[in-house]
Amino acid sequence: MSSTTVAPGTKKAAAKPASMAQALQRALRDAMAEDPTVHVMGEDVGALGGVFRITDGLVKEFGEDRCTDTPLAEAGILGAAVGMAMYGLRPVVEMQFDAFAYPAFEQLASHVAKMRNRTRGALPMPLTIRIPYGGGIGGVEHHSDSSEAYYMATPGLHVVTPATVEDAYGMLREAIASDDPVVFLEPKRLYWSKADWSPDTPAAVAPIGKAVVRRPGRSATLITYGPSLPVCLEAAEAATAEGWDLEVVDLRSLVPFDDETVAASVRRTGRAVVVHESAGFGGPGGEIAARITERCFHHLEAPVLRVAGLDVPYPPPMLERHHLPGVDRVLDAVARLQWED
Amino acid sequence: MTIQEMPGSTAYRPSPPPAWQPRTDPAPLLPDSSPYRVLGTEAAAGADPALLRRLYAELVRGRRYNAQATALTRQGRLAVYPSSTGQEACEVAAAMVLQEQDWLFPSYRDTLAVVARGLDPVQALTLLRGDWHTGYDPRESRIAPLCTPLATQLPHAVGLAHAARLKGDDVVALAMVGDGGTSEGDFHEALNFAAVWQAPVVFLVQNNGFAISVPLAKQTAAPSLAHKAVGYGMPGRLVDGNDAVAMHEVLSEAVERARRGGGPTLVEAITYRMEAHTNADDATRYRGDAEVDAWRDHDPITLLERELTTRGLLDEDGIRQAKEAAETMAADLRERMNADPVLDPMDLFTHVYAERTAQLREQESQLRAELEAEASVESGDGR
Repeated sequence: MSSTTVAPGTKKAAAKPASMAQALQRALRDAMAEDPTVHVMGEDVGALGGVFRITDGLVKEFGEDRCTDTPLAEAGILGAAVGMAMYGLRPVVEMQFDAFAYPAFEQLASHVAKMRNRTRGALPMPLTIRIPYGGGIGGVEHHSDSSEAYYMATPGLHVVTPATVEDAYGMLREAIASDDPVVFLEPKRLYWSKADWSPDTPAAVAPIGKAVVRRPGRSATLITYGPSLPVCLEAAEAATAEGWDLEVVDLRSLVPFDDETVAASVRRTGRAVVVHESAGFGGPGGEIAARITERCFHHLEAPVLRVAGLDVPYPPPMLERHHLPGVDRVLDAVARLQWED
Repeated sequence: MTIQEMPGSTAYRPSPPPAWQPRTDPAPLLPDSSPYRVLGTEAAAGADPALLRRLYAELVRGRRYNAQATALTRQGRLAVYPSSTGQEACEVAAAMVLQEQDWLFPSYRDTLAVVARGLDPVQALTLLRGDWHTGYDPRESRIAPLCTPLATQLPHAVGLAHAARLKGDDVVALAMVGDGGTSEGDFHEALNFAAVWQAPVVFLVQNNGFAISVPLAKQTAAPSLAHKAVGYGMPGRLVDGNDAVAMHEVLSEAVERARRGGGPTLVEAITYRMEAHTNADDATRYRGDAEVDAWRDHDPITLLERELTTRGLLDEDGIRQAKEAAETMAADLRERMNADPVLDPMDLFTHVYAERTAQLREQESQLRAELEAEASVESGDGR
C-alpha cells in the first residue's frame, strides 16, 4: 500500500484551523477528483451532505452517479457496493451512525471480509465503510455505540480510526486507496476538533497498520485510539503533578495491529493501561493486554490494566459521562500500577 | 354525520391533501393469474426446433449431472450436494438466455446453471467438494461465487449491473434465489434498489415448494412470489418452471428488457425439488410420496420430450444420442472427481489481504513448522 497522500501539483497553502469533519470531506473530494472509480454512497450523502456534513458539496461537484443518495437500507447499500466493487469500482460507503450499521453486518462478515479470500484474489474488495462511532455528543439511544470489537473479530477487514485532523485526511485517503476493505471508524465527538492543517500540505501519513507515539514518556504507557486519545493526552498532562511521565500511543489501526510500536513502548516503560470507550468485556483492550503480556512479560512491573466503557448498554445521554473513560478513571488506573512494590 | 353537517359548526372545510397519484400504474406489473406455459399449448407449435433440441440436450445432461453429483456424495467425493433434480429447466434456461458479457449470480443449489453457462463441472463443484470456496475466476467466467447465505448475492447483482450501466457497458445480471430466500431482508433490499436505480437485473425465484422442510405456506401470505414485484414497481412474471420453453421465453424477455434500459424483472418459476434438500436431509419427515409422484408426471424432461416426439423432432436415436453425450460428461466428471485434490495449507494465508499482516506472517510460520514436524514424523525422521 502506498503511503503518499499528497496530490501532486497542488499549490501549497498556509495551514489554518480546520476541523476533522472538514479534513474528511476534503479527503473524499480529493480521492474522487483523482480516481473516477471512487463512488460515495449512503443515506443523505447527496443534497444534505450527510448528517455530519462529511459529504458536503460532493454531489454538486461530481453528480449523483458518483455521490448517491441510496434507499434507506444498510445491507442493501453495502451489498450493492460489493457488486460495484466486483465490477471494478471503489465504493466509499457511509453508514449514518454506528448502531445503524448493524443491518449491514452480514454483508460485511460474509462477503466484504471474505470475497478476496474465497476467490483466491480474483475479486478484491477495495471498499471503504465509513462509520461515525462512539459517544460523548449527547446522542439518544442507538447513536453512540463503539462497535469496533465486532469488526476486529472479523478476519479480512482492516479496522482503523483517526484521532487527529491530519490523520483524518491522510488515513481516509489511505483507506480509499487500499485494495482491501477498510472499516473506517470516525470518532464523532472529534468531528469538530480543530488543528492547524492545510489540505494542500498534508504530511505523509504512515500506511494503515502503524501506531504512533503521541506523547513520549518514561513511567507508563497509555494505549488508546480515536475518541479516547484527547482524554489520555489530558490525563498524561495531569499525571505530571503526581510525578508520572506517561507515554501515549495512538493505535490508529486496530487491524492490522502494530505490535511492534506497542511492545517497544511497554518494554521501555514497564507499565501499560489500555483506554477505550468500547465495553471492556470482550473489547479490544483484552486482546491488546494479552498481546502485551505475550511479548513484554519480563518487562512488566504490573499487570496490564484496562479503562473501558462499562459493560452496560450505552447509557442515555444524561448518564453517559459515567460510562465514558475520563481523565480521573485513567489516572486511577495509573495509580494502581504497583508503584510501591 | 360529516364535520360540515355538524349542527352549529362554522364553515370549517378541511383542505384536501395535495394531489396524489400512484407513482406507477400497478396493472401492467401484475403477473398472470396462473403460471405461463408453452409446452402442451398451441403456442408450442411456434417454438424454434433448434432451440427445442438444444434445451432437450441440456436438460438430459443436467439430469445426469445431478445424478452424478449426488453419487459423488455417497462416494465421499463431495462434502455435500444440494440437488436441482426436477429444476433443470430453470437452471438451464437461466444460463442459456445470457450473453457472454452478462453475469450470473447463483446460489449454492445452482451449480447446474453454472455448468450450463459453460464452466467446467469440477470447478463448479469445488465449493461442495470442500477444497476451496470458489473454484473459478468470477471475472473471467462472469459467474459470481456460489452464494450460501440466502439472498445475500442479490444486492451484489444489483450493484454490479448498476456499475456496468454507469460505465455504459451492455451487461445484464441474472440472480437466482429460492422461495425461502424471498423472506430474507436482502431480497427486499435488492429488489428495491434495483427498481429505484432501474438496474439491468433479472431476479429468478425458483419456487421449488420447500425451504429445506418448510413449505411455502409458512413462508409467505402473498398471492404469489411474483406479486411481490408490484410493491417495488417492477413487473412480476409467473411461469411454469418445468416448462423449459416457457422458462427460456420469459427469461429472454426479461433479459432483453433489462438490456434495453427497461429495468429489473422478478420471475417466479413454479417447480419442485424432487430430492431432499441435500444428501444430508431426510425429506420423508416433511412430505409424502404422493406429492412427489404428482410432480413426476410434470417432469421437465418428459414435458419437452413429449413435444419433440409429437412434432417428429426427436426419435429413439436422438434420445440415445442425448443420453450418450450426458454419459460421457458424467464419466469424465466421475473420473476427475476421483482424483484427490492437491491442497496447500499455506494457501490459507495467501488471499486474506492484499498483503499479509504481521500477525498472519507469524501464524504462517507456525503452520509451516507444524507441517514440517508432521512430515518428519511421517517419514520416520522425527521423534
